[in-house]
Amino acid sequence: MNYFDQSLSSVHEKLASKAISATDLVKQTLDNIKNVDSKINAFITVDEDGALKKAKQIDEKGIDSNNLLSGMPIAIKDNMVTKGLKTTAASKILENFKPIYDATAVKKLNDLGSINVGKTNMDEFAMGGSTENSAFQTTHNPWDETKVPGGSSGGSAAAVAAGEVLAALGSDTGGSIRQPASFNGVVGMKPTYGRVSRWGLIAFGSSLDQIGPITRNVFDNATVLNAIAGHDDHDLTSSDKVIPDFTSTLNKGVKGLKIGIPSEFMAQGLDDDVKQVVLDTAETFKKLGATVEEVSLPHTQYGVAAYYIISSSEASSNLQRFDGIRYGYRAKDAKSLEDVYVKSRSEGFGDEVKRRIMLGTFSLSAGFYDAYFKKAAQVRTLMINDFTKIFKDFDLILAPTAPTPAYGIGEDISDPMTMYMNDVLTLPVNLAGLPGMSIPAGFSKGLPVGVQLIGRPYDELTVYQAGSAFEQDTDFNKQTPKMGGNN
Amino acid sequence: MTEKISEDQVKHVAELAKLKINADQLPYFTTQLDQIIGLFETLSKVDTDGVEPTSSVTDQINVMREDIADNWNQRQALLDNAPDTQDGYIRVPVIIDESEDNN
Repeated sequence: MNYFDQSLSSVHEKLASKAISATDLVKQTLDNIKNVDSKINAFITVDEDGALKKAKQIDEKGIDSNNLLSGMPIAIKDNMVTKGLKTTAASKILENFKPIYDATAVKKLNDLGSINVGKTNMDEFAMGGSTENSAFQTTHNPWDETKVPGGSSGGSAAAVAAGEVLAALGSDTGGSIRQPASFNGVVGMKPTYGRVSRWGLIAFGSSLDQIGPITRNVFDNATVLNAIAGHDDHDLTSSDKVIPDFTSTLNKGVKGLKIGIPSEFMAQGLDDDVKQVVLDTAETFKKLGATVEEVSLPHTQYGVAAYYIISSSEASSNLQRFDGIRYGYRAKDAKSLEDVYVKSRSEGFGDEVKRRIMLGTFSLSAGFYDAYFKKAAQVRTLMINDFTKIFKDFDLILAPTAPTPAYGIGEDISDPMTMYMNDVLTLPVNLAGLPGMSIPAGFSKGLPVGVQLIGRPYDELTVYQAGSAFEQDTDFNKQTPKMGGNN
Repeated sequence: MTEKISEDQVKHVAELAKLKINADQLPYFTTQLDQIIGLFETLSKVDTDGVEPTSSVTDQINVMREDIADNWNQRQALLDNAPDTQDGYIRVPVIIDESEDNN
């Protein structure tokens, strides 16, 4: 099955009415993946046996007619652990790692009867914005195979955009769900920090990481967030706030909503087409009854520095566990224990991961801590205050998701500074822990362009509400890539 | 531009992080890290006097739980992930390098 013209509801209807069995749906999904993924390379692992086994169980039990995810094929980014199924974080250091438990978000989807068809490609340990930092393969953008799919959740976003699955999980530390969603013309939500359990998400920046859904439309996105949100005893930072039905506000419209556009996000460095898409989106929201005004996030220019200090520091600590002893890659010719550590890590990690570990180690080291880590943490407070001030008067922030549409494979990879600057529009949301969603909002030379809707903490409802109103008034999310180019 | 980090410092930081940077890669990493740390230094322009640092944005404080073992009974699955095992243990090379004990 190719999912271009489908939604969770339309496929669920076929399953519930027995027009198709879960087994046949999985078989067709796997066939399509085999065909499409020979060009797109979105999957590191396709779990044919596991998916067919689960489908058989679902068919025996019957489709739950009140549950859109019952029997639904989905994909999981390869930094979420899946019991017995190879989980690599796209790193050589985990190339043969088989987890002994399921990440909470994965388990929640499994318990609802969704069927994991495989693990998607990403930048190694989620460090990067193009999925080119994968140790294993290059994923291609379905809209133009010479372009990157974005990252780090590039595999999940490309799989959804290419019609391989209707929904996939990604993770977002500085934009890793929203930016690839923008590059691939799909919907990607980074929920509020604490909304979804991080248990079983291979840690990168623990105070920033958040799991979220990537889908073809807003309703499907809210449906998947309904499934994965909630407090988890295994993640003590997960919130115990009541989980609303995230689909409940999708038809409320935007009349009376106050939307702010940060002037700093529209400044130099922004591609002209992307800027126009944001302005057009603002016009649509006005037409639909919202008010749109310019606002200011004055510390935006310091976000990249603060983010890369904080995220690299947290990464340098989190990645200490990869030592070649209990699991993962061990260098072959290690003569002593110290040798096992140093050689396994030096051979197992890619260059970008090494850079981040060193940046973090440096920022935390004696003599530099106050000037770098502590200073960044203080700037983070100022950035949070900027948002708090805006959200006293505004319900939402509208902004470009990424400064440009998808760029060429190999274009930015050699220059980490350029890569880092590309995150300037997405990472403030992570530093402040806010919900942010990228929705398809236009095109530039045949490539999709997304805009970002940012809400108050724990107010995903309003983000979805506005996203849905925009989606109902436009047809950007109905466009699909003509695979093989010529869009 | 003044140098923010030297090759010797990069070597030292790599050592702290249990990484080895080969001599031929040292200039490449040093140049890149130097540029990025230059970017980090732009933060010195921000007045942060009296500003509390933020280390987490969770809404949870001091969550308590019972200290109960969970999902513990998977010895073989755990060992299957280890690069080298023997008799139910994980094998590692010698910890003390005896070659230096010859005095």
